[in-house]
Order: sequence, then C-alpha cells, then structure tokens
Amino acid sequence: MEETMFIDPQRCIGCRACVAACRECATHKGYSMIFVDYIDRSETTATMPTVCMHCKEPTCALVCPADAIKVSEDGVVMSALKPRCLDCRNCVNACPFGVPKYNTQIHLQMKCDMCYDRSSEGLKPMCASVCPTGAITFGKYEQIVPLRRTKPVNVHVFGNQKVETKVYLMLPTDAAEVQVGGTETAAPESWIDTQVEHSDKSNEF
Amino acid sequence: MVSAAAGNNKAFGIDRAANPWSDIPLAEVLLIAGSNCAETFPVLNKFLWQQRDNGGRWIIVDPRETPTARQGDLHLQLKPGTDVALANGMLHVLIEENLIDQAFIDSRTNDWQATRALADDYPPDVASQISGVPAPKIVEAARLYGRAKTAMVMHARGIEHHTNGVNNVLSYINLVLATGKIGKPGSGYGTITGQGNGQGGREHGQKADQLPGQRSILNPEHRKHVCQVWDLPESELPQAGVSVVEMFTKMREGEIRGLLSICNNVMVSLPDINDIRRSLEGLDFYVCIDFFMSEGSRYADVVLPGSAWSEDEGVTCNSEGRVVKINKANNPPGEARADWWIVQEIAQRMGREKYFSFASPREIFEELRIASRGGNADYYGITWEKIEKNNGIFWPCPTEDHPGTPRLFEERFYHGDGKAKFHAIPYNPPNEVPDEEFPLILTSGRVVYQYLSGNQTRRIGFLVEQCPEPYVEVHPETAAKLQIVDGERVRVISRRGEGVFPVLVVRTIRRDTIFIPYHWGEQLAVNQLTNPALDPTSKIPEFKACAARIEKIHSRQLPILGRQRKGASASEVKRG
Repeated sequence: MEETMFIDPQRCIGCRACVAACRECATHKGYSMIFVDYIDRSETTATMPTVCMHCKEPTCALVCPADAIKVSEDGVVMSALKPRCLDCRNCVNACPFGVPKYNTQIHLQMKCDMCYDRSSEGLKPMCASVCPTGAITFGKYEQIVPLRRTKPVNVHVFGNQKVETKVYLMLPTDAAEVQVGGTETAAPESWIDTQVEHSDKSNEF
Repeated sequence: MVSAAAGNNKAFGIDRAANPWSDIPLAEVLLIAGSNCAETFPVLNKFLWQQRDNGGRWIIVDPRETPTARQGDLHLQLKPGTDVALANGMLHVLIEENLIDQAFIDSRTNDWQATRALADDYPPDVASQISGVPAPKIVEAARLYGRAKTAMVMHARGIEHHTNGVNNVLSYINLVLATGKIGKPGSGYGTITGQGNGQGGREHGQKADQLPGQRSILNPEHRKHVCQVWDLPESELPQAGVSVVEMFTKMREGEIRGLLSICNNVMVSLPDINDIRRSLEGLDFYVCIDFFMSEGSRYADVVLPGSAWSEDEGVTCNSEGRVVKINKANNPPGEARADWWIVQEIAQRMGREKYFSFASPREIFEELRIASRGGNADYYGITWEKIEKNNGIFWPCPTEDHPGTPRLFEERFYHGDGKAKFHAIPYNPPNEVPDEEFPLILTSGRVVYQYLSGNQTRRIGFLVEQCPEPYVEVHPETAAKLQIVDGERVRVISRRGEGVFPVLVVRTIRRDTIFIPYHWGEQLAVNQLTNPALDPTSKIPEFKACAARIEKIHSRQLPILGRQRKGASASEVKRG
C-alpha cells in the first residue's frame, strides 16, 4: 500500500473520536490502540495523537524473542501473533514511541496495525476516517503533502538510535528531524492528564 | 430570539449567515470572536484548516486559550463582555489607517457618520484599557483584517450570551461593513450556530414573536399572510409572547400556570436554576416531551416519550443557511412517538383538529413552503427531491426553478432601501462586574466531549470517562493568591448560588477570569451561579460573564454526592 498516515498535532482538538473509533475496527477485539495525550494541560490545550509509527526497522520486532511481530510487504507492523507471543513484554519496553501495550485479559501484545483489514483494501483506518480536523490523515504522500503548509518528518532520533518510520509527523516548516530525550525532569502533571491517562487504560488493557 | 438574529436583522434586514462555508478557504483572514469552534463545532475545522493550507491567517477573540485560539496567528485574550470596546478600537484603527472602503460605505450602507464619530472615542489605548487586550495587538488585528483582500468575520455564543449580546454582534458587523468585506467569494460574515437546526429554529416561529418565513407576529401584513395560509381568523392569532427566561419569571409570578416543553432540559441550560426549580415546582401542570428523562423532566406531571433525530424525518437548516434533509433510520422504540405526532394529538384533543391534520412530516413541510413564501426565509422553491439532488438548498429559494442563494448580499441587503445599517454602539459593562466581595469574572461554556445539556452525551460511557464532571479553570497566579492547588475542590460562589468544583490550574485563562463548563445539572451546574439578566433586545441571558468568588474548603465540608459526583446519569450508574 502506498498510502500512509500523516499526524499533525497542531490540528488536534483533543476530541478523542479516534480513540472511540479505533475500538470498532473488526480486528481490534473492542480495544482502542491509539492514544491522545495532553502535552501539559497546565500550560496549553495542546493534545497529541499517537499511533504506531510503523518503523522501517521496527524495534519491537527486533527485540521479540519469538519472532511474533511481523511486518507486511507494504511496511505495516502487525500486532503479535497469538500462538507465538510469550507475554515477555520486551516490545512494550523497547518501543521508542511507547506504542505496543500488553493486554493482560487476553494475554496478547496489541498495537496499532493501521487497521490492516481496512487499509489493505483501500479503506481508511478508523481513526483517520473520523478525525474532524485532519490531525490524522491517511493517503498518498504526493496527494497530502502538497496541500499542507507543514513539513512531513519521518526521522526520529532517540539518543543514539535513529528511527525511520512509514508514518509522518507534520511539523513546522523549519523542522528537520525529531529529537527525543535529554535529561530535564518532567513537570508534575495536571490531574486532568492523569484522568485521561487512566481512562485510556481502563479503555484498553 | 438570539442575539445574532437580532443583530443580523438590525444590520442586514435578514437573519442568516451571509456566506456558504465553501467561502472560508477563500478568505485570507478569519476573525473568529467568542467561538471555541474546535471543541464546539468540530466539523467546521475542516474548512478552517483548508483556509490555513491556502495561506490564511486567524484572529481569535476569546478570554481563554482554547484549542481554536491556540492555533490563532493572533489571539486577543479579552476580558469577558468587553467586545464592543475591542471592536470599536479596531474600527478606530481601520479609519485612522484608511483601511475602510468608502465607496462601499457610500453606496451600500446607512448611518456611517455616527459610527465613525463614535469610533473616535476608542483609540487603541482606550480599547485596551477596557478589554485588557494590549493596544499593539488591537492595531495588529485591525491591520491584518483591514489589509486582507478577502476576510470573514464569524462569531458564536461567546459574544452573544451577554446583556450586551446584540451590541457585541453589531459592533463586529460594523467592521465588516466599514471594510466592505461582504457579499463576495471569501468575504463575508456568519454566526456559528450552537446546535443542529440552530439556524432553522430562528426562522419559522419557534420563538414567541415569530411567524413562518422569518416573519414577525407584530406585523399586520405578516399576520394576514400566515392567517390566510392557515385559514385562521386573525383574531385567534395571539400577539407576541415572551422569551424563555421571561416565561420562567412569569411562572414564579403566577401569570403562567402550565408548561409544555419539547427536548428542553431547563434545569441544566437556563441561568440561575434555583429560581428555575421554583418556577417548575409552582406550576399547575407541566408536560414534558423528551426522548430521555432529564433533570428538568423530573418536575413534570406527565412525560411523553418523543423521538430522537434518527427516528423521524424532515428538514433542518444548518449554520450556513442550507436546508438539509434528515432521513429516518429507525422507528421510535416502545411507546415513544414522533414529536410532531404528539403535538398534533394534543392539539386535536384541544379541539383544534382543523389546523392539525397532517399525515406525515412531508405534509407539514409542504405547508411550511407555502407559509414561508414571500418572507425573508423563503422555502417555497425547496422540495425534498431538490434537497436530495443538490446536497441541500440555501434559502431564500422563491421558485421551484430557483437554485437557492448560497451567498447573500452580493447586490443588495434586505432593508427596504437595499442598504445595510451601521449602529454606533458605545461600550457598556456587563450587568455584573467584579467587586470586592466577588472579585472574579465567571464565564461558562462547553467541552468537546459533551453536547448541550448533556442529556444524551452523559449516557455514553466513553464520553463520561473523558469528562465526568465540571471543573473550574483558574490561572496559576490567581490560584496562588487563593492558596488553592490543582485538583483541590473549592466552593465557587455568586450572588445567586454556589457549587463545589475541582480546580484545574491552567495558564490558558485570564488572571481575572474563571471558567466552568455547563453540561451538568443539580449540584454540578454552573447555572446555579450564572446571571439571568437579559439583553434588552434579544432577551438572551448573560451566561458568559458574572461576578464570583472562590472559597477554599476543608475536606470535611465536601458535599457527599456519591456516584452522582461522577456526572453520570442514573442509567449509566446502574450499568456501571
């Protein structure tokens, strides 16, 4: 599939329609696998949707001792195969984006698979089909990027690790790559961040 | 009436958004006042971002840094209720820097001189003093709007729910008229309505002073036309009634003894609900038609189960003035019936079957077409087939071969002489301003997860989880002064009532302002505190600015609300 996802946090209004819709994808077993977080509600209303970035060399698959995480020919990183998944949670700890979650109820690692049952047949993933603002867009690079005044970035640097992804972040035009990490300690979270995080968890696993 | 409608009628002689939303992407600049449309009208954002993708800029006027304001190129964070001063200040700059369109003013408007003279009194530093917006930002906003080749002004409840609501609307319309930015592709003006059919409800007699086609019940010619259509002796057509807040005052005074309400949860949505409760309790008879029980329907003597939007068919008019068709997806369950059927059955039992003998919504619409014919909101040329084929039809549409009117005012306005009217509006403060006893400005609004009185959305587990209860937004510096911290429950008090809310300490609100979302009832309602003072013209109450104070409470004083604290409705609690 030539289509991929474009995530533009500027446009996100925090409505979490994507979180509700994700549960309804036929292969998601009623669990949502997208996250929407306040960046820091005490400072700003900004929110950020997180889907699987579908790395070209997915760390989750590399660290899996059972080779349970497969990548499709078109570069979509799948949830763990149930017969193989060892419950070891290596992938949960290793993913630089914090995407895979371990579902204790059904003993399976689950993660965003770009709604493969839909997207492999030309339908948009659930999240992109409901997003009212275009914060989550699904389409071909040549069709989406020329329409936007943002720069698509798919190289992310985590300390010494450089990760190239199938999914693009739409950033201000002067951005080159995304640098994550550093030593500054995080500010204490507002209670509303925690509330949402909690509801995310109860929603999912 | 709503403030936007009153303002539009005064300035343009008609009440409708001037442009279709397909014009938004063509505007170089959008001036959006008092609208957190990111959270309150999510589908509108598609158009806003198309405009941004075309290189467009946004000026956002809002006391809070909402998700809309966050992305604004210019955010004018004004003090609630000071829009007139801000708009007059912008007009002053437009005149000073000759960014006005004198040819347009001369040929297409009236009463410019008085408005121009008034603007002299509002140089940016005066406007800044009143509104709290830094003067350079007012100048920058005026330049951005004035220099743009195309621009649109849009507004919503933030400027309308004030005792100066109509004046707020008119002062922004002055900017539109002075620059001649209206009636052209990408240039115009519009209200962002607050609910499905928010526009349609303003057109055909839902309010007690209206008749179909945006006609007035006080106008003898209008009365004659509609009485002819209805085959009703004119003596039987009442004179104008009163607005909704006034109705509840009259109930307390004993003048109104009975109430029939349809889908109206007044115990959440009207100001000062403690007084509203007294009004409902004092009624002789209250019949409530709704599709869920609500805080308001608890006071009813009889509750008749009505229909949800998907259980009936018919047309609504959306924010653009486009008439669209709602199709029926299911039958109302159990004993529930279509609202129009219930109203008709009641009318027949009151001996008025002659006027209420419709067999279907389509028959009602056919009558509306004729009744609205020749009025401002002329639906005569609109048919269900035409709506289906064209993806909706913009009124006015006077004949069946008329394509509808997406953009208004291209050639003329709707006053008798075809011209628009300026209104010279001096600034007046809100009905209640902060003082020593109540030093903060309380404003109310919505969150993205809940809809209106919450009677539908508070039943959906997912949405309840996202925002289970109201909170009070307080600036960190104000919180420090009050010695309160994030998450702490505090008592918020106004002259009318009080409530206990958790504090959300955020830098996204003004230091002198606090905000509480309004979707909950009973002890969780911000409308225990809000001010029922009315705009003299539109009779809209001042939801958006009243004086309040915050008191720290000790934990043993916390009211124990049990599971209700979560804001869940009764049915949700049972399931949970």
